[in-house]
Amino acid sequence: MTGWTARETAAALRRREVSAVEVAEFFLDRIQRLDLQIGAFLAVSREWALQQAELAQKTIDDGSAGPLSGIPVALKDNLTTREIPTTCGSRILEGHRPVYDAHVVERLAQAGAVILGKTNLDEFAMGGSTESSAYGVTRNPWDTDRSPGGSSGGSAAAVAAGFCPVALGSDTGGSVRQPAALCGVVGFKPTYGRVSRRGLVAFASSLDQVGMFGRTVEDAAFLAEAVSGHDPGDSTSIPFEPVSLEPVPLKGVRLGFPKQLRDSAIDPDVARVVDAALASLRKEGASVVEIDLPSIELGVSTYYVIAPAEASSNLARYDGIRFGPRVDGDGHVGTVASTRGKLFGHEVKMRMILGTYVLSAGYYDAYYHRALQVRGMMAAEFEKVFQEVDWVVSPTSPRTAFRLGEFADDPLALKAMDLCTVPANLGGFPSLSLPCGASDGLPVGLLLTGPAMSDGRLLGTAHSIESALGPFPAPDLG
Amino acid sequence: MGSGYEASVGMEVHVELATKTKMFCRCPTGFGGEPNTRVCPVCLGHPGTLPVPNREAVEMVVKTALALNCQVPTDSVFHRKNYFYPDLPKGYQVSQYGETNPIGYHGWLEIRPKGREPKRVKIRRVHLEEDTGKLIHTAEGGSGVDYNRAGVPLMEIVTDFPPDITDPEEAKEYLVQLRLLLLYLGVTDGKMEEGSLRCEPNISVRPLGAATYGTKTELKNLNSFKSVQLGIEYEVGRQIQALERGEAVLQETRGWNESTLISYPMRTKETESDYRYFACPDLAPMRFTAETVERVREDLPESPRARFDRYRRDLGLSDYDAGVLTSEIEWAEFFESALGQGVDPKLLCNWLTGDTARMLNESGLAIRDSQLTPSHLADLVRMIESGEINSKVAKEVLEEAFKSGAMPSETVRSQGLAQISDDGFIVEEVARVIAENPGPSEQFRSGKEQVIGFLVGQVMKATQGRANPAKVQEEMRRQLG
Repeated sequence: MTGWTARETAAALRRREVSAVEVAEFFLDRIQRLDLQIGAFLAVSREWALQQAELAQKTIDDGSAGPLSGIPVALKDNLTTREIPTTCGSRILEGHRPVYDAHVVERLAQAGAVILGKTNLDEFAMGGSTESSAYGVTRNPWDTDRSPGGSSGGSAAAVAAGFCPVALGSDTGGSVRQPAALCGVVGFKPTYGRVSRRGLVAFASSLDQVGMFGRTVEDAAFLAEAVSGHDPGDSTSIPFEPVSLEPVPLKGVRLGFPKQLRDSAIDPDVARVVDAALASLRKEGASVVEIDLPSIELGVSTYYVIAPAEASSNLARYDGIRFGPRVDGDGHVGTVASTRGKLFGHEVKMRMILGTYVLSAGYYDAYYHRALQVRGMMAAEFEKVFQEVDWVVSPTSPRTAFRLGEFADDPLALKAMDLCTVPANLGGFPSLSLPCGASDGLPVGLLLTGPAMSDGRLLGTAHSIESALGPFPAPDLG
Repeated sequence: MGSGYEASVGMEVHVELATKTKMFCRCPTGFGGEPNTRVCPVCLGHPGTLPVPNREAVEMVVKTALALNCQVPTDSVFHRKNYFYPDLPKGYQVSQYGETNPIGYHGWLEIRPKGREPKRVKIRRVHLEEDTGKLIHTAEGGSGVDYNRAGVPLMEIVTDFPPDITDPEEAKEYLVQLRLLLLYLGVTDGKMEEGSLRCEPNISVRPLGAATYGTKTELKNLNSFKSVQLGIEYEVGRQIQALERGEAVLQETRGWNESTLISYPMRTKETESDYRYFACPDLAPMRFTAETVERVREDLPESPRARFDRYRRDLGLSDYDAGVLTSEIEWAEFFESALGQGVDPKLLCNWLTGDTARMLNESGLAIRDSQLTPSHLADLVRMIESGEINSKVAKEVLEEAFKSGAMPSETVRSQGLAQISDDGFIVEEVARVIAENPGPSEQFRSGKEQVIGFLVGQVMKATQGRANPAKVQEEMRRQLG
């Protein structure tokens, strides 16, 4: 059953070859048996999962099943769930039981999905390795000495390890696509506004977007279709129909590779794998041209001004007064200071200090305002490029999975690796990473980014690319 | 001032909008109640929650901006004002920043302090934000927070700098006029004592003719018009005394103590707080097209000033009457509503500002709390106009309406109070009175004019005031002539 995609599982359930409870039990058992070596999950609710599975089976039996009825799903632990605590990988939300379900959780319930549990992440989704979680590391199923990437490392690892066919994450600067690349699965970040952020605990609101993991493009699309669409409860939600895969043949597809990424910090082995993949796409009738995107080199620095600025404000609410644990101090100021001082981790504090600084009087113009200008410029450059090519392509990550602790003393080097993924967040563009080969036994991801609202065609193109490149294997965990 | 000093007063007014629900969630608004009963995850700032703006609140601010002669920008965004305080759930307040970004900017309000020339007070900004919660200090010495008020739509109206207001009387008049306008617009209940209208003036003094302004203090806890005037008067006097003694005025926020009538220091403001304003990424910019703005402008209700002018010009009311009928929203609405039922404006005005006002005064009731409705007054005036009742009866039925809520025409019908204009009856009654009073009748015939009053009075008495006095007099003269 680990080899089944979500679509195949759904078909098997409809044909009564297997029951929803059997499917849920299979994955729950697998998690119980194997997640000790991976650490993908922060919480698994067997009881709730089986309840959902029984309910799903009833709907299958009476013919009222939803598209995802009986399909197990894992959620990054920054999506609110009433049934399971939502911690964001932080001590400051230890044991926090939200009083409402995220919009995507409501949608999953309507579609009949079976939520197995919550997955590990960098604290408040800040990081690219899942190592800043307050609740331990997650290991890469391809090599357990290595990181699954991040911040949605738990969800990526869970799908790669066969703990669930699909999972949700969130992508603020590449947090779905980068771990997908490092774990050898598909990661999709839709156009900003196509999936409601209500119930996605905010990191950087103008960049955050819920994203999907699957073993195949079709599965990621399957999940995207179930959770996307307009939500009047999110003022930034776009009033459009849910995302759905639109078939796109490869013949005539124009792919643009930014020349600025040619001689940058891309690992030569990664570059070779990507080039080989692009060469095989050419054979299928796609064209690959070099394009000019000068501002791409400013992406990471722009991102690390805007995202921390928004985060410094978004995280101000964690003061221990209305929810979450509290560390008492002297008076109100003392209590807020000790709660925040003791319960936030290092990376989060660093980003809040940075964000506070760039928004301060006297620095606002030089940093925050400037970053907004670059952001606008970059989006305009991409939009211009999208007149010439259908998709911008590049490696998803300049490197394959790195060793746990490798960047402990060099946080900037880890951040620099967001180079290829951040432009899609800054521009609000849909973007997808799919496995395109391996280097030294570690997966390499190919990144495709398209114009706003091209989600359906992006999924269709990625599906054709996936067929052209052939199936990507799963790691062997026993 | 008379002391060689001049005061400058800037006015910052916060207005809770009279919407049914809060600014960014659909919790009900309201005053009082059990703490934390009108709250939800959004207004408590729970993780993952998002704001959805209240359209009605936005429209109310646009209305106010236009009524205050402000510019309305094409694009207006919400900002986050970041600071920590227990009553602020999210660690930031959603507000509006910038010179030309607020929903209204660069307007004015005309004030007419008694016995002075009219003056325009320039308005710098009219913007929309959310209210905070309230700290509660318990009897046991603990503290709590009530978030019922958190997220209630709040409109901030700030006067321009340099200030146009130069004394406490003008400051009070500005607030009176502003509140009246807001009540006419129907955007707030304007209750200062419940905090739906909060005024925080900043005050400075300088020697007459000085080129630069003095150091200003901000005054809080002013819960009535009287407090505003007294508070500013006190603060101006205090600052002048300090300067006279050669002391510096500290830049600080001071509180007003209503019982001792003095201000006291609350906190000093040595540096400007850095609120790290930035555009709120959870909210799309508001867009106001020229058509939208024009539509709102066309739908604006009549302003108190325009109504005053209309009452004088079109209805022929005196300045005094027009003033009385426009300066209190309850009276204005009552009069307009009765007038709308097609009765004579002057008669209506007289009965409203005369007997009705007297009865309300004696009973201590506000007009909206009494049983009288505009229909009662219109009904009454209609019967007076048509001659159906005379003013004596009118007074009686008005009293009855005030006491029981009975419709005047109903009282007249059921008690048979209609005026008698029946010629035959009047002829008979006059003849009877002449016959019964031979002396006075003779006096009148011999030229003693004033006796007519006594004779007419006898008829009125006999008819319990129901005879038409004009007709009685006419008949009396005919029969005696």
